[in-house]
Amino acid sequence: MIHFEHVSITQPDATTPVIADATFSIRDGDLCLVMGRTGTGKSTLLGAINGLVPHSSGATLSGDVTVAGRSTRTHRPRDLADVVGWVGQNPLAGFVTDVVEDEVAYGMEQLGLSPSVMRKRVEETLDLMGIADLRRRSLMELSGGQQQRVAIAAVLAAQPRVLVLDEPTSALDPTAAQDVLAAIATLVHDVGLTVVLAEHRLERVMHEADTALWLPGDGRVVSGTASDILSMADTTPPLVELATAMGWPEVPLSVRAARRRIRDHGPHLDLKAAPELREAMSWRGDGHPPVAQLRDLRVTYGDITAVAGVDLDLHAGTTVALMGRNGSGKSSLLWALQGAVPSSGQVSVDGRDPRRVGDDEARRLVSLVPQSPADLLYLADVDAECAQADRESGVAEGTARSLLLRLSADLPGERNPRDLSEGQRLALVLAIQLAASPRVVCLDEPTRGLDYAMKRELTRIIAALAAQGTCVVVSTHDVEFAAQTAERTIVLAEGEVVADGTTRQVCSSSPSFAPQVTKVFHPADVMTVAEISAARVTS
Amino acid sequence: MPRLITRVAPLPPDAVTRSAPVLRTTHPWAWWAWALCAGVTASLTLNPLVLALVAVALVTVVLARRDDGLWARSLKFYLLLGAFIIVGRVMVRLFIGGSTTGTVVFRLPEIHLPAWAAGIRLGGPVTAEELVWAATDATRLATILLCVGAANSLANPRTALKSVPAALHDISVAVVITLTVLPQLIASTHRVRRGRRLRGNAVRGLRGLAATLVPVVEDAVEGSMTLASSMEARGYGRTRGQQKVPGHTTVALLAALVSLLLGAFVVLGVPASPVTVLGLAPERWLALFLLAVGVGLGATGLRSAGRRLSVTRYRPAPWGAPENLVCTCGALAVAVGLWLTSPLGYPDQLNPPPLTLTWPALPLPAILLPLLLALPAVLTPRPQRAGGR
Repeated sequence: MIHFEHVSITQPDATTPVIADATFSIRDGDLCLVMGRTGTGKSTLLGAINGLVPHSSGATLSGDVTVAGRSTRTHRPRDLADVVGWVGQNPLAGFVTDVVEDEVAYGMEQLGLSPSVMRKRVEETLDLMGIADLRRRSLMELSGGQQQRVAIAAVLAAQPRVLVLDEPTSALDPTAAQDVLAAIATLVHDVGLTVVLAEHRLERVMHEADTALWLPGDGRVVSGTASDILSMADTTPPLVELATAMGWPEVPLSVRAARRRIRDHGPHLDLKAAPELREAMSWRGDGHPPVAQLRDLRVTYGDITAVAGVDLDLHAGTTVALMGRNGSGKSSLLWALQGAVPSSGQVSVDGRDPRRVGDDEARRLVSLVPQSPADLLYLADVDAECAQADRESGVAEGTARSLLLRLSADLPGERNPRDLSEGQRLALVLAIQLAASPRVVCLDEPTRGLDYAMKRELTRIIAALAAQGTCVVVSTHDVEFAAQTAERTIVLAEGEVVADGTTRQVCSSSPSFAPQVTKVFHPADVMTVAEISAARVTS
Repeated sequence: MPRLITRVAPLPPDAVTRSAPVLRTTHPWAWWAWALCAGVTASLTLNPLVLALVAVALVTVVLARRDDGLWARSLKFYLLLGAFIIVGRVMVRLFIGGSTTGTVVFRLPEIHLPAWAAGIRLGGPVTAEELVWAATDATRLATILLCVGAANSLANPRTALKSVPAALHDISVAVVITLTVLPQLIASTHRVRRGRRLRGNAVRGLRGLAATLVPVVEDAVEGSMTLASSMEARGYGRTRGQQKVPGHTTVALLAALVSLLLGAFVVLGVPASPVTVLGLAPERWLALFLLAVGVGLGATGLRSAGRRLSVTRYRPAPWGAPENLVCTCGALAVAVGLWLTSPLGYPDQLNPPPLTLTWPALPLPAILLPLLLALPAVLTPRPQRAGGR
């Protein structure tokens, strides 16, 4: 279906090609997973499939890409719209109209289909993606998962044979991500579409994948079956890590496959069963001095209640994971703790209320890294941002710069912050915010767009902060990251705390928040591969 | 086994009524044509009774036939604006005097202005004739404004944009995108401003402005790049340029423009001679002819230019009997208005001589005007109202 022949792609200002001499094919009806670390050219590769690279990106492409017999050399992306459907990372930014139904019809209008055919296809597509009841809703008021499904429906209506998806679930909570992936699986299994999918959190999709492409970062593109590629790639979801630790010849692609393998071939480890959950609010904070108290904290926007009376004690030297579905009040809670959004109730950090002290004083109490860290950057280069951070925090010159080094991000000083990768930008903003040496550090969805190695790095940084006595609060959808990083987990729903305890207690007892290793060894009380390896050595 | 119908978030209770079959809505351009006719009708007369009745007719139609969109709530704003215009006009008349002859109601202390401001009088006697005249004139302006308000409340601007001729497709796409992107831009500005506190709000003045502007602009540019890729990938512009625009289309469009321009000039700039042919001055007939030729040429030119672009419309708003009826009502009202104000009708009653203090007469046929304009309230289908939200 898709053929790449000796394809090399060079970005406008680069000297070395991001993809060099790639030759591979994707067969009709396969779900092909594209993996690789951040910045290895996954999006570029996906864009090359429908001709966005080179036609609208400025990159140079040599070699030949053909899709369903049409070469992207002679066909512009718009000429391939009836063969390839392409969905970008941020569905909201790609919407042209404002109502679901019109958005689905937009592509067909451009193709010049007759109104009766359009009507029929719109109805079919709405049903296929399960969004028929949203048809007259405004796109802005949909949830993230719904928006992503509308974006997929919008390209499907033109009835392409290939669907290209660039990280469709990176902004979604586990349940919404599951919805989108289930819809994609339907398209592969029941409709027979060829799907090419880039995804950071491989544990969510690898059980559906037939083949995979791996971009090691040196320009090569390695193709093969999903399980072969997973065992050699440097992106390691928990099941791959488990397979490596156990020395299994091939990688189990799902929790079910892993459980079966253990049932049939062992190892039968003697693990302690997890205690039954008797109390969902079990955090006591033993041995840690309290640093912040929230009493009956409420945040409302108009007639919407985002945080509905939260009582919390945060303790110094602990790492807290804040979980819950999109819109459950995680961000609002963090912003209210910082004092940047109006709230009622009591907030006290170190005996002071961050809402009543000055802005620079509040920064020293609670520092927040927002969901889009780029919002805080406005200067021309990294050095200027660091120097500004030192002045803002009233600390010795070079503090932010040395923090940046401690975060093992030695960024070139003259680089424009806008040209940094997602992970580097996060490191820069974190360094700027840490320069004020705050008592509480809040991170709002920091793992978005980070690959496994960068997440491990972030886990290390957070552990180091906690060891210094800082309280770190991280809101995240990534259960594997929370299991690795946080000591305590708080689950929010509809603005209320529904669970608060050690991560082990809260996550292992939940079907959606449990990490994969816990699911594989259920009912044993384990969360990480390291624990399994340790248990294997002792037994 | 993957689910065919996936889970969906719980819907608001009014979602049931929303997914119920839609009743037919009246075409937005039909409402605009009707409102335009009403405006022309109102501009013909200075009889306060007729104007008031026309305004009542407009409000009746809007209340009966508006749906529950955001734009439908604009009627109140236009009514307030109308009241403001009338009050304002009368107040100005109170303080800046005009003629001093007539029934003096009261006297304001007069302020003597220097010689170079001769002809302007501040304060002084206020006559009843002056006040009535000002109020009547302002009522006409307010009624014409109300016509625009009525069209605004009745016609969904998005449907109106969807129904532009194919030749104007690109412009309508640009407007639709602006309408969509603007709220996103506001949201992004709000987010960045909120984020400034996180860095201690240390920079102020120009640099502070940069701290807000740079991330917002960066966001907007990135958003437009994404939108461009998305539109390109979905086939935007694919059917463009398959047929060349024929040369005579360009000529026709130019001629249409010139003809409309000349027509407008004759209407506004050339005084009508006292001689009338069939009830209208020859200059007026010339203007009508020029405008008609311009509209006709423009329509054919746009149609021919639009053929180049084979973009189709999803569920185009239908044009049928209700639309024709709405337009006919408007056109009839204009025709009746022209007849009433011509020497063949009741010119003195509909345009009473200025600065006279008589109770305005209402000739019986003048009732036809508000009646004709109010007819769409029953002739058009009832719009669907979702209740709530």
